[in-house]
Amino acid sequence: MTDLYQSQRAMRNMRRAAMQRGVIAILDVGTSKIACLVLRFDGPERFREDGLGSMAGQSSFRVIGAATTRSRGVRFGEIDAMQETERAIRTAVQAAQKMANVRVDHVIACLSGARPRSYGLAGDIEIAAEQVTEQDVARVLAACDVPDYGSEREVLHAQPVNFALDHRSGLADPRGQNGHRLACDMHLLTVETTALQNLLYCIKRCDLELAGLASSAYVAGIASLVEDEQELGAACIDMGGGATGLSIFIKKHMIYADSVRMGGDHVTSDIAKGLQVPMATAERIKTFYGGVMATGMDDREMIEIGGDSGDWERDRRKVSRAELIGIMRPRVEEILEEVRARLDAAGFDSLPSQQIVLTGGASQIPGLDGLAARILGQNVRLGRPLRVQGLPQAATGSAFASSVGLCLFAAHPQDEWWDFEIPAERYPARSLKRAVKWFRDNW
Amino acid sequence: MQQVTAPLRRDPAPSRAAYRMHRLWLTPVFRALLRVGMPAFVVTMGFGLYLSDDTRRAALGDKVAAMTKSVQERPEFMVTLMAVDGASDPLAAAIRNLVVVEFPVSSFSLDLEAMRAQVETIDAVKSADLRIRAGGILQVDVTERDPAMVWRSAQGLYLLDDTGHRIAGLTGRDARPDLALVAGDGADRAVPEALALMAAAEPIAGRIRGLVRMGERRWDLVLDREQRIQLPEDEPVAALERVIALDQAEDILERDLTVVDMRNMQRPTLRLAGDALARLRGEEPTPVTRISGELAGN
Repeated sequence: MTDLYQSQRAMRNMRRAAMQRGVIAILDVGTSKIACLVLRFDGPERFREDGLGSMAGQSSFRVIGAATTRSRGVRFGEIDAMQETERAIRTAVQAAQKMANVRVDHVIACLSGARPRSYGLAGDIEIAAEQVTEQDVARVLAACDVPDYGSEREVLHAQPVNFALDHRSGLADPRGQNGHRLACDMHLLTVETTALQNLLYCIKRCDLELAGLASSAYVAGIASLVEDEQELGAACIDMGGGATGLSIFIKKHMIYADSVRMGGDHVTSDIAKGLQVPMATAERIKTFYGGVMATGMDDREMIEIGGDSGDWERDRRKVSRAELIGIMRPRVEEILEEVRARLDAAGFDSLPSQQIVLTGGASQIPGLDGLAARILGQNVRLGRPLRVQGLPQAATGSAFASSVGLCLFAAHPQDEWWDFEIPAERYPARSLKRAVKWFRDNW
Repeated sequence: MQQVTAPLRRDPAPSRAAYRMHRLWLTPVFRALLRVGMPAFVVTMGFGLYLSDDTRRAALGDKVAAMTKSVQERPEFMVTLMAVDGASDPLAAAIRNLVVVEFPVSSFSLDLEAMRAQVETIDAVKSADLRIRAGGILQVDVTERDPAMVWRSAQGLYLLDDTGHRIAGLTGRDARPDLALVAGDGADRAVPEALALMAAAEPIAGRIRGLVRMGERRWDLVLDREQRIQLPEDEPVAALERVIALDQAEDILERDLTVVDMRNMQRPTLRLAGDALARLRGEEPTPVTRISGELAGN
């Protein structure tokens, strides 16, 4: 735990250093594409004449370089072939650097797979003085009983979600308030260590320093949920290529995140298998003619599938669009059912507002909102990421939700456990232990 | 969108070395070094290597000298004669004697400023203006000083201009009878005052013999018949005007007195001639011969 604590603190320092240099890159390693954006920070936000900040405080940075490349060697949002992924990352980073015409050394990355698992933690302490101090906050965070999440997992996010002082709950910032008993709820997100280490290794091989890590479900939620939805309670479903991430927000905090190991690539492979065409052709057909709601018109609309079987004269197969929808729909339904199951398991039903926002590249299938409304509930909308300054038009689609979310995350990261003070009682115990160890080693 | 046909494509990923080179190239310091430092180093190094040889350096120097010479000695730049304007003949001769230039000479080797300073050392020259005129002529425009007074000093007679600057020596007073005469040490330093006095003394101009500077601080106006008007140090013109007014009213200067002492304005004093009082009383005058000292030479 302390190791993680240290490494996360080191990443925060790295981020601070990058802010001072003013340039930071964000890297979204997905299953279908790898996106790299280079951000320039111009210091604190300059206010306009009327005293209002523009664009919800995210005008402090602008995107000066953007590049995407087809992802290779990534499956289910996890790195599968290291060399291939490393080369793909290199391609994206170099192209973004070239566009920005600056060298970037610090990168903030996100990963979509790696089987995230959410834990709700609670802890409470008696506070000595009347007023709650920073030390008390640190102590209550340390008092949260961490579940045994296994040795092959690593903590990615540990965000204090709620503070309660005596009988008052729902405090955002308890510091300076009077009370006797301070309690805290924390949301802990763990991922598999191996997937994380593979990503770190790839980034290190590209001569980049990691300045932050985030779950892509979380950052997609930041980017595509509007402020009210984050406040009142909403789920963001990021339908990516190899994995579908879901995150639940309430009171502007993420309280649950999970990922379904299915995505748009599975739809493509279904089409390829069903129509006997190569994957590239299947991808093209899906993008051009795909859909999930069949109408009478679709029976008559014939699609020339152009199976590249080498027999140009004979292989002039055609399918109707209804047939294509018939292939795509079960898989999309399966994904959404799985998401539904995860949401139910998380207790999404009991939230006051049950808004669901679909985003990610696979959410662009026509008619998906109708289908999702049947499976997930009535409050479904398609979300596009927030608009950030300088983002090229090509990168404003919903496929870039997690990239944009990472930009926002880079600009204003939420306070996590490691951003608070280290509780005072930890220091002496550790240094005493160290002193004893040193004596043992040397005498 | 992805391509429909996927032939064997070249790997778009940069190699590790290419990636590193690109990053290095984007490093500002490295870039500045390569784009400014490197060419500067090459140029300096090449130049240094070329000049490190003595014979090459000497040859280069010779070449440069020859080139300058050939340009400077082009006929367009040669000066062939000197013209002096605005000076009288003796002054022009003096200037020609002073400024010795071997014609023909290149205009690049003439130091006009120094020559002008040299010309202006001549007393009679108020200001000089030297330039090289088209056609290779060294034009010297001279403004002479105008003589305003004659000064009899211990060294001899001099002409002074209206600022008191010496113009030339004079052989005799008769050479310039039109100018007023001043005498005494330090008279040249008070010439403007003397001129003002002479202007004020216009009504008695016929009788004036000259002004004498007394003790380098005040003036005496010397008239004929050995009369003197002793003027104060301050406001001598007012004092003189007072005397002239007295003269015009009472004809005092016609009377038999030797000194009108105005040194103290509150107490003007008259000194009668030796026998004047006796003559006034109707007695027989005793003949006296007096010679006034300073102006006796005229």
